[in-house]
Amino acid sequence: MAVQVRIPTILRSYTGGEKAVSGSGGTLAELIDDLDGRYDGIKARLVTDDGSLHRFVNVYVNDEDVRFLGSLSAPLADGDDVTILPAVAGG
Amino acid sequence: MRFDSLVDSVGHTPLVGLPRLSPSPDVRLWAKLEDRNPTGSVKDRAALWMIADAEKRGRLHPGATVLEPTSGNTGISLAMVCLQRGYRLVCVMPENTSVERRQLLRMWGAEVIFSPAAGGSNEAVAVAKRIAADNPDWVMLYQYGNPANAQAHFDSTGPELLADLPTMTHFVAGLGTSGTLMGVGRYLREHAPDVRIVAAEPRYGELVYGLRNIDEGFVPELYDPAILDARFSVGPRDALARTRELVELEGVFAGISTGAILHAALAQAERAVAAGIRADIAFIVCDGGWKYLSTGAYSGTLDEAARALEGQLWA
Repeated sequence: MAVQVRIPTILRSYTGGEKAVSGSGGTLAELIDDLDGRYDGIKARLVTDDGSLHRFVNVYVNDEDVRFLGSLSAPLADGDDVTILPAVAGG
Repeated sequence: MRFDSLVDSVGHTPLVGLPRLSPSPDVRLWAKLEDRNPTGSVKDRAALWMIADAEKRGRLHPGATVLEPTSGNTGISLAMVCLQRGYRLVCVMPENTSVERRQLLRMWGAEVIFSPAAGGSNEAVAVAKRIAADNPDWVMLYQYGNPANAQAHFDSTGPELLADLPTMTHFVAGLGTSGTLMGVGRYLREHAPDVRIVAAEPRYGELVYGLRNIDEGFVPELYDPAILDARFSVGPRDALARTRELVELEGVFAGISTGAILHAALAQAERAVAAGIRADIAFIVCDGGWKYLSTGAYSGTLDEAARALEGQLWA
């Protein structure tokens, strides 16, 4: 099950500068574990010690915020687009 | 309609149906035309409520200086209110905003301090906080954390919407400070709890997300995810395409953030059609398109227009 993951500038030091990488997993948590296997340390930037998504990290599956889809348990399907972005101010 | 002064005319905006964009007679879209406010944006409501609240609390006196970080519309609204109330206004605005915004701010008498493009509004907030610390007698209303911002929508936008559309099933608005969504959302939770509250947030170019580290991230103090049912990130190409459809099919000439909101509203409409359920989907037209003509949003191909917005704070 392959998904495309867009990596923000701030995390590209982990992906060797790659803007987008592919990964796999049936849930967001599984995807992050898969990424961490190849891009060591990236999980610690996304997930806090208590096992929840970092407050200032937003993750979208097909443009929808995962916090409304089950957060780390959000299901992923083959071909999904996952976008990771830091939370910034609008207004 | 007659009003004692311009600020008294804030709100009471029309809600118009969009028969050509609505997928069926059972799944309808309704646009709340917030461009029909005195300075042409939804932010007039928040500006008026925040100023009135500060006056009520004794924070503002004649001749006071008001300070605000803003990407434009809130500053323009505050400038209009401050000019009439006799306050000086200093706005901190990211430099990657449209030229019309700074022209309008200055026209209404505001002083503008620019913050660096990288980091977008995050940087404007940081700069404004430093200036506030150096000028303790200035009053920062701080739209991101001021409850009067959301209260404006609890008191006015929410009741107007539900009175005009008692059959509303969805409410869709832009997520910036989160004031509109939190205020209208709380009102609807109390008075029409089955309405789905949907947020559309703009997805900008990489420059805007150029933080030095994740801990510099920002979530507005007003934001409470429990009020929302869903939240969508909308990129410039989708926002531009919808902005153009809105004017081409329905004659509504709106700014680019409205296109992002319409994109999320149409996604809700498609889901309702697929599920075979009735839907009345209300969404916010934040402002008109006038301030964005210089960005090229309305001419040329979508790819050209999207490229022109790269690195700009277009919402």
